Amino acid sequence: MKRSAVFVLALIFSSALVFATGSKEGTQSGTTAKVGGSVSVLAVWGGQELDIFNSLVAPFTDATGIKVEYEGTRDLDAVLTTRVAAGNPPDLAALPGPGKMAEFAHQGKMIDLSAVLDMAQMKQNYAPSWLDLGSVDGKLVGVFTKASLKGLIWYNPKSLSAAGIKIPTTWDQLMSVDQSVAAKGVTPWAVGVESGAASGWTGTDWLENIFLKMYGPAKYKDWYEGRLAWTSPEVKAAWQAWGKIVADQAMVYGGSQYELSTNFGAAFTPLFQSPAQAYFHFQATFIQSFIQKQYPDLKPVDDFNFFGFPAIDPKYAKAVEIAGDLFGMFKNTPQSSAFMKYITTAQAQDFWVKPADGISPNRAVPLTDYPDPLSKNAAQILTSADIAVFDASDMMPSKMNNAFWSAIMSYLANPGQLDGILADLDKVRADAYSGS
Amino acid sequence: MTVTNALWALVAVAGVPLVLGSYLFAVEAVLRRRTARFARRVRPWLWLAPALILLLAFLVYPALSTAVLSFLNANSTHGVGFANYKYIFTDSNMLIVLRNNLVWLVLFTVVTVVLGLLIAVLGDRVRYEGVVKAVIFLPMAISFVAAGVIWKFMYQFQPAGTAQVGTVNAFLSAVSSGFKPQAWLFNKSQNNGALIIVGIWMWVGFAMVILSAGLKGISVSLVEAARIDGAREGQIFFSIILPLLRSTITVVATTLIITVLKIFDVVYVMTNGNLDTDVIANRMYKEMFNYQNFGRASAFAMILLVAIIPVMILNIRRFGKSGV
Repeated sequence: MKRSAVFVLALIFSSALVFATGSKEGTQSGTTAKVGGSVSVLAVWGGQELDIFNSLVAPFTDATGIKVEYEGTRDLDAVLTTRVAAGNPPDLAALPGPGKMAEFAHQGKMIDLSAVLDMAQMKQNYAPSWLDLGSVDGKLVGVFTKASLKGLIWYNPKSLSAAGIKIPTTWDQLMSVDQSVAAKGVTPWAVGVESGAASGWTGTDWLENIFLKMYGPAKYKDWYEGRLAWTSPEVKAAWQAWGKIVADQAMVYGGSQYELSTNFGAAFTPLFQSPAQAYFHFQATFIQSFIQKQYPDLKPVDDFNFFGFPAIDPKYAKAVEIAGDLFGMFKNTPQSSAFMKYITTAQAQDFWVKPADGISPNRAVPLTDYPDPLSKNAAQILTSADIAVFDASDMMPSKMNNAFWSAIMSYLANPGQLDGILADLDKVRADAYSGS
Repeated sequence: MTVTNALWALVAVAGVPLVLGSYLFAVEAVLRRRTARFARRVRPWLWLAPALILLLAFLVYPALSTAVLSFLNANSTHGVGFANYKYIFTDSNMLIVLRNNLVWLVLFTVVTVVLGLLIAVLGDRVRYEGVVKAVIFLPMAISFVAAGVIWKFMYQFQPAGTAQVGTVNAFLSAVSSGFKPQAWLFNKSQNNGALIIVGIWMWVGFAMVILSAGLKGISVSLVEAARIDGAREGQIFFSIILPLLRSTITVVATTLIITVLKIFDVVYVMTNGNLDTDVIANRMYKEMFNYQNFGRASAFAMILLVAIIPVMILNIRRFGKSGV
């Protein structure tokens, strides 16, 4: 009898424990400003980008007592999609683009930020296009916190002047510069597209810029909205133009093997070797912080600089491609809304601006905060561009985006297969835009 | 926060045996009140009940559910018949995926078994056998992901003429002067082989250990008698040792086949399936989590299940026949 009583008690005890619920740390007593608690954030940043984010978080935690639990993954697409589908989303996530954000918004998973943020302040600090890009069906669900200008060609001014190369302003000039450099036996370009699960995205930036400069913003929109076939003559022409550079082994440092196997954040090194092993590197503004991390002694403007992508069709010479990280909210808690408010301020975005890791879309960030003339120049271009389009692949459904990345890899490995690659992309397009 | 975690750990470790124990106690208490014959017939089922329920809930139901889902569309709203399977067996990209799994199946299994056997046989004749076995078995201690990361560094590529940072390229450049460094993971002709080598590197230890144990089970007198009769080493190996090792080799081979059909981590970490290295499990992951196409992901899962069933049956039969 005693033994059974012990067993029954043990059963009750263990079941009670099993049903006991843990609770998040509650609010602390004390000053009303310190809310305490924690907020979970999911983003792709790691290494140096993560260091910057941590320094951004520090003053926030000091002021509010809220801990930021950060989780980083290069496979953000899969991780975020799974967690949202499982009903276990992070409080906030730095989404890679409006395309994915729209998918989540249509599923009803994103919080309407007009309830969280001071919309009057937002309208004052952000140009309407930024707010529009972050809105789905009229509701603001994503805020841009860090923007970058894409389609820049980086170069080493010293090696360019040593080789007597003039900055090209048109595509034809660029081609002839490439030919003359290659004739001297040096590869003009350094390209690297490796990036873990997202390998190939650098190539998509190239193609988007070429397409934009060839056909303009209206056709560009048709393309990323799935109305323009990949096998169409326009798209094919863009790939072939790109191929004139990246598919020619004499044009790219290390040939296709280097292109495919080198991480995007390390591909620029041939530009800064002496003698220079390459002269041009296509990349967005954020590569500046990578360059400065690897070569801390180099000075912007003197040792590295950029020029805008050369014009192909003079009508679209001034068109620029931009991209940015949007923050979206999946769970509305006092902690997550406090962090959301913080991250939209100029003060927070300064942490990205000062090491030249990003351009702030927030008008309240003064141009003087940019650490050097280079990033100031980029910020000015971004905020004053008359034709500004968003990174097309980020606007596509993720299945199309993924296929685009893979297609870049396949093309670089085998440029002769372009028709097959484009046909495959069209098959995915039929699938991806049908709306799941 | 950590206190609640520690409490949960305690509950899990102490609670599970406690709950099970009290359940069994309760079952016995109930059966004691019935006839011995009734108790004898019902007891096994009652004892097995918790395990059976868990199996049903976590194995049988998901398998059936997956089978059903594979005949539905992407978000499981309406049926599409065999469309998902048709896609997998006719789309050119999918055929490459299936081809890759076949290549993995054949190369990985055969090479691992052969290498394992070779090392086991050769090691048997050396005094420092223990050291050799320990070193070769070491890779089994790490996960496929860790192996993927290690080998990704080892396969790194730098253009010819510059300092090589990848072990493989550096070694080959040092050993043969005319060698051009290769981007092993990014050449369509080399990348599958490169990935399979990683898999082999990990599992040779397993094959070697099991085959070595089997080898040692062959009585020495048999081999000696053969030697006295004038048999050459080759004859001894192929006519005596190999036939006696047949069941051990089968066990090793079936375990390897089951492992290789599921291969995912190596491919995901090293190339993410790019450039014709994709395998079924990686594709299933992408379809499921990136593209949210549940129908197709389920179809992939069913194909893996069907492919594994004959191997499983073989394995179970083997275990049933001889107590290997």
